[in-house]
Amino acid sequence: MSSVRVLVGTRKGAFILTADGKRKDWQVSGPWFAGWEIYHMKGSEADPGRIYASQTSGWFGQLVQRSDDGGATWHQPGLKPGEPEMPAFPNKAPNRFLYDTSSATGKPLRTHQWYDGTQHPWEFKRVWHVEPSLTDPDTVYAGVEDAALFRSTDGGESWQELSGLRGHGTGPQWQPGAGGMGVHTILLDAGNAQRMYVAISAAGAFRTDDGGATWKPINRGLKSGFMPKPDAEVGHCVHHVAMHRARPEVLFMQKHWDVMRSDDAGESWREVSGNLPTDFGFVIDVHAHEPETLYVVPIKSDSEHFPIDGKLRVYRSRTGGDEWEALAKGLPERDCYVNVLRDAMAVDRLDACGVYFGTTGGQVYASADGGDTWMPIVRDLPAVLSVEVQTLN
Amino acid sequence: MVRVALPYHLRNLAGIAGDVELRVAGPVTLSAVLDALERRYPMLRGTIRDYATGERRAFLRFFACEEDWSLMAPDAALPEAVAAGREPLLIIGAIAGG
Repeated sequence: MSSVRVLVGTRKGAFILTADGKRKDWQVSGPWFAGWEIYHMKGSEADPGRIYASQTSGWFGQLVQRSDDGGATWHQPGLKPGEPEMPAFPNKAPNRFLYDTSSATGKPLRTHQWYDGTQHPWEFKRVWHVEPSLTDPDTVYAGVEDAALFRSTDGGESWQELSGLRGHGTGPQWQPGAGGMGVHTILLDAGNAQRMYVAISAAGAFRTDDGGATWKPINRGLKSGFMPKPDAEVGHCVHHVAMHRARPEVLFMQKHWDVMRSDDAGESWREVSGNLPTDFGFVIDVHAHEPETLYVVPIKSDSEHFPIDGKLRVYRSRTGGDEWEALAKGLPERDCYVNVLRDAMAVDRLDACGVYFGTTGGQVYASADGGDTWMPIVRDLPAVLSVEVQTLN
Repeated sequence: MVRVALPYHLRNLAGIAGDVELRVAGPVTLSAVLDALERRYPMLRGTIRDYATGERRAFLRFFACEEDWSLMAPDAALPEAVAAGREPLLIIGAIAGG
C-alpha cells in the first residue's frame, strides 16, 4: 500500500511525519539535530531511502546530513562513525562550500551588491535548498547563501561550485532580500538532463541548457517596483518557482509581489494574480496530476507577513492562474498571524493529490483531497522552514 | 593528554560525553589542539574554524586558565597547565540568539 513521508525542517530541528495512503493517522518522529536550524530536507527519487538535509547554525556553520534508510539514521557523508581518521583539512569534506575563485574557470567573481548599493564580498553562510538528482542518488545540488549553486557527485562527501551561475556577468548587480541572498529554488527538467532552473532573492530566475556550465537570466516580463528600473534583467525578488514534471517548459512563480506564469521555459512571463486578495506571498506549487492546478498562500504584504484578517487560506487556481478560489475548510478562520515560507509547501503523487504546508507558528497542515479540506498533522513544532513529501509504494 | 571542553551542540554532534582527551604531538598550541580534535572527530571540521579562512568562527571563544585566548595567535603555546592536562581548553559558544 502506498504511504507518504513528510520531511519538515524547522528552526530547531528536523521532523518526519509518516502516514499510509489515507493520510489520516500520522506518526511523528524527531526532533533530529535538535536545536539546529534545518533549512531543507529532500529525498532522492532514484532511491527514496536517501535523504539529504541542510543543518545550519549561526555558531557552528553549515553541515550536510544524509540518511540512507529513510530518515531512521543520519550521518555526515563520508564521516560515518568508525571510518579511518583523515587529515585535519582533507580534500573531501561534506560541509565545505568554497566559492570558485580560480582563474581556470575564468570568472573569479568576488563581490555583489549590498543593501546600500555598494559592492560587498561574497560570503558563504548556509545551504538553503538541497535538490537530489532525479536519476542518481549520489548526485545532489545545493543552493546556498550568498547565492551560488554547488553540486556533489559523491553523495554529499564533497561539493564543487557551478561557477557559471555567479559568473555569467550580472553577479555584481545581485543584492540580498530581507532574508538574505540565496539560491532557494532548483528545478530539474526530467526530460532534459542539461536543463535546470534556479531562482535567487534578489536577483531573479536563471536557466542553464548545458548542465550548469552557463546560465542566462530569464526575467523578461517581471516588474519590481522597488528597483530603479522595474523591468531590469536582474534584481527581482523571486520567492519561489514551481513546475509540473510533465510540462517542464511551463513555470509558475510567486514573486515578492505578483504571481507569474511562463509558457516558454522562462523566456517571457505574464502576471496571473487575477482575483487573489493579495499577490504577495512565498510558496507556490502545482497539483501532481493537473498541470493547470496551482496553489499559493496569499500573505498580506511585504510589511505584514501574515494572512489577511487573521484568516489562513490557501488559494487554488484550476486554470493555470488568473482565476483563484479560497480554500478554507479546516484552516484557522480567525486570529491567525503566521507566515508560510518559500520552501514550506509540497504535494504528494497519490491518486488524490495531497497538499502540505508548514507555518512559522509550527503547524503542518495536510489536505488529502487536493485542497478541498485541511487538517493539521502537528500544531506545535518550532517555526517551519521547509516541507517536502515523498510518495512511497 | 590535553583536555578540551566543547559546547553542548558540538558534543552532541561528535557523540561525546564530558571533556575530550587528546594526545598532541609537538608544541601544544591552539592550532595543534584543534588539528588533533578534528582528526579524532572529523564531524567537527568546519564547526570551530571556518573552512574558507581557517579562522575561529565569530560566535565561538577560546579560554585557557581563565584567560581569553580567542584572539591569540594560533601557533602560540597554550599554558603549561593546559598542555599537562591539569586545566581544560574551553571552547565556548557566545550567549546569544534564541
